[in-house]
Amino acid sequence: MSDTVLQKIEMPSGEPASGKATPAATPFIEVEKLNLHYGAAHALKDISLGMKERVVTAFIGPSGCGKSTLLRCLNRMNDLIDGVRIGGSMRIGGHDIYAKDVDVIELRKRVGMVFQKSNPFPKSIYDNVAYGLRIQGMKSGGELDAAVEQSLQSAALWDEVKDRLHTSALGLSGGQQQRLCIARAIAVKPEIILMDEPASALDPIATSRIEDLILELKKDFTIVIVTHNMQQAARISDDTAFFYLGELIEFASTKKIFTNPTNKRTEDYVTGRFG
Amino acid sequence: MEHHFDQELKALKDRLLTMASHAETAVNRAVDALVNRNLELALQVRVDDEVLDQFEIEIDELAINLLSKAPLASDLRLVTMAMKLSQNLERVGDEAAKIAKRARDLSKEPPLKLNLEIPRMSSLALGLLKSSLDAFVNRDSVAARALIPRDKEINAMHKQIQSQLIAHMKESPDNIARSLNLLVAVKSLERIADHAKNIAEEVVFLYDAEDIRHAEK
Amino acid sequence: MNSPALSSRHFRATKFDFGSFFFTGLTGLATLCILGILAVILFNIVAAGLPAISWRFISTIPKKDFFEPATTGVLPMILGTSIRVIVMTLFVIPIGVITAIYLTEYAPNLSPVTRVIRAAVNNLAGVPSIVFGLFGVGFFINFIGQGMDRALGHESVVWGQPALLWASLTLAVMTLPVVIVATEESLKAIPMGLREGSLALGATKLQTILRVVLPQALPGIMTGGILAISRAAGEVAPILLTGVAYYMADLPTKLSDQFMDLGYHVFVLSTQSPDIEKTRPITFATVLVLLVLTFALNFVAIIIRARVRKKLRALG
Repeated sequence: MSDTVLQKIEMPSGEPASGKATPAATPFIEVEKLNLHYGAAHALKDISLGMKERVVTAFIGPSGCGKSTLLRCLNRMNDLIDGVRIGGSMRIGGHDIYAKDVDVIELRKRVGMVFQKSNPFPKSIYDNVAYGLRIQGMKSGGELDAAVEQSLQSAALWDEVKDRLHTSALGLSGGQQQRLCIARAIAVKPEIILMDEPASALDPIATSRIEDLILELKKDFTIVIVTHNMQQAARISDDTAFFYLGELIEFASTKKIFTNPTNKRTEDYVTGRFG
Repeated sequence: MEHHFDQELKALKDRLLTMASHAETAVNRAVDALVNRNLELALQVRVDDEVLDQFEIEIDELAINLLSKAPLASDLRLVTMAMKLSQNLERVGDEAAKIAKRARDLSKEPPLKLNLEIPRMSSLALGLLKSSLDAFVNRDSVAARALIPRDKEINAMHKQIQSQLIAHMKESPDNIARSLNLLVAVKSLERIADHAKNIAEEVVFLYDAEDIRHAEK
Repeated sequence: MNSPALSSRHFRATKFDFGSFFFTGLTGLATLCILGILAVILFNIVAAGLPAISWRFISTIPKKDFFEPATTGVLPMILGTSIRVIVMTLFVIPIGVITAIYLTEYAPNLSPVTRVIRAAVNNLAGVPSIVFGLFGVGFFINFIGQGMDRALGHESVVWGQPALLWASLTLAVMTLPVVIVATEESLKAIPMGLREGSLALGATKLQTILRVVLPQALPGIMTGGILAISRAAGEVAPILLTGVAYYMADLPTKLSDQFMDLGYHVFVLSTQSPDIEKTRPITFATVLVLLVLTFALNFVAIIIRARVRKKLRALG
């Protein structure tokens, strides 16, 4: 694999992610005065926040507030859109991911993404999970088999699919497909997993399994999740950021946001008075 | 258009306010019965207590129904505190009923010739209760915080009256029955003041999201 | 407020719906017309041509006795048509697919260059067939062919004259828009989510196209190929000047050979025959052979496409 600016992220040693909003912990993901324009529209305005490592951070807010846009900045998926201009900085592990010499392909191997509508490839279950590894050059064989099995285990899907790994992924149920997409994302062992409303199209039982999975995954990965579902954010996230019309209104521990937010707009949104 | 949920919250708050008013009335009557030896008022208080019991059941039911809708932030604090407040107020009703029972028993016999500070203690306890309920109604967490130390004074008075009555019982064994009745009544007054303090703490949590219970131990 | 109770009148049809009946009838009529016309054409051809079909007919290399039903054959024409269609396919599919991939996946949507390419593709589709023939002569034969002869130091003309290769290439140019459009449509039908999923895993655009997009688009590409084959098999004008011959004694063996062609042969039989009536059966028979050949080529392609589709839908 080539040498790039974005090396394996060094973690300050001996620092467990406490989940409490202590200012002392160095943010792993640091956004500073980020501005994003889609042509003339100013979609993100002066966003600044720091997210901790191995913690679940939730982005909440009404439709169109910019939370998904910000999420997609973290793995530079917004680069795919014509006419996008980004100002300010976004640092992961201290490295500015929008610097000129950053290899976007390498970045996306470090920062994975799970989408709202599950998008398994029309290939077998095995080939889906192996895709990311094969791209990096891993050849078929014992090592690949082991990696696929481990990913499916971590995604709590192994038992359900171990006897049909080579059947089409499209034959799985919605909840299973989404867990497959999660397995696929974690197979390449990223540091960060971005999730854009991963359970919004699923029934309550499937949703609950995905939520349990996220709580397990946060032991090994830093997770940022966009969600419309307030109770979901309250259940699984450690920190929550509330966005409105492209601005960051409040960012604090989840407990604070959902029991006693500081900002009135946050309070109104969280209690369902608007949005 | 108001959300259904908001209407239900409002209904909850209204019931709570009504219950508070009833509780205040009950304690007023009970103290009046005790101090002025009014048998008629004493009988009314038992009815008041039963009404308060029903209020507690009704309010808890409304609250649980609201909880199933997963309220958050200030709504969450309102619903959970409503359950606690209704419990406090129900207990206040129980204590008022106890005072009324003792008042009834005491009124059947001639009054003790003792200079006890019972009227003053009653007045302080009543005042504390009224202040805490006013703080709830007026959303005044500052006033609520201010009245918490007042409980200490009432406790002190209670201790003093207690030792006085105990001394009297030793001196005049004939008056033990009446003394005991007074002891129980005064204890209930002290409990009412405690409940008023709890109510004040709950009001602070409701409006300031700060838990100030058990601070000075 | 009480809603009126449900009564049986809500479920019974109350009046006759003329509008629906009218349109149903119209579309049914249109379908019958088309099928009817097709049936009439096929019936005519089969009725007139079948008597002249025989094993001898399709396996004989004729001498200059085209117009004799008893001795003539169309083997060289079958071979010529088949080879030129296959060679055309070998060229048009890769070029068409790559162009379509560029237009869909790489070209910035609103740039002037993209718009020029798109306009060129669209206009290409409207060019009359004979113009392609002239283009084939001027570009492939004169420019490239003669250039090749010079470069290879040929004493006599090898490539700078009508040949199987040039005819095939001319047809490829003609059917390019068909393949490009069919490929583009199938590429556009693939949801963005699939590409995003691949890119989000750290794949390059090229890897995404080769591993995810193209396999999905394969049935659509094959449809384009089928359309191209159908069009090219029957075309005569483009090959007129670029490679077809009135008579070849032997079967074509090299790409630089000229060849005989079924469609052209029909033209010859209809216009050059000394006795039209006598020749009619073999004229229709040649048409029938051409139709069968076209169907056969299509059929093979359709079968392959169906298997690819099946494989995509459910593996193992």
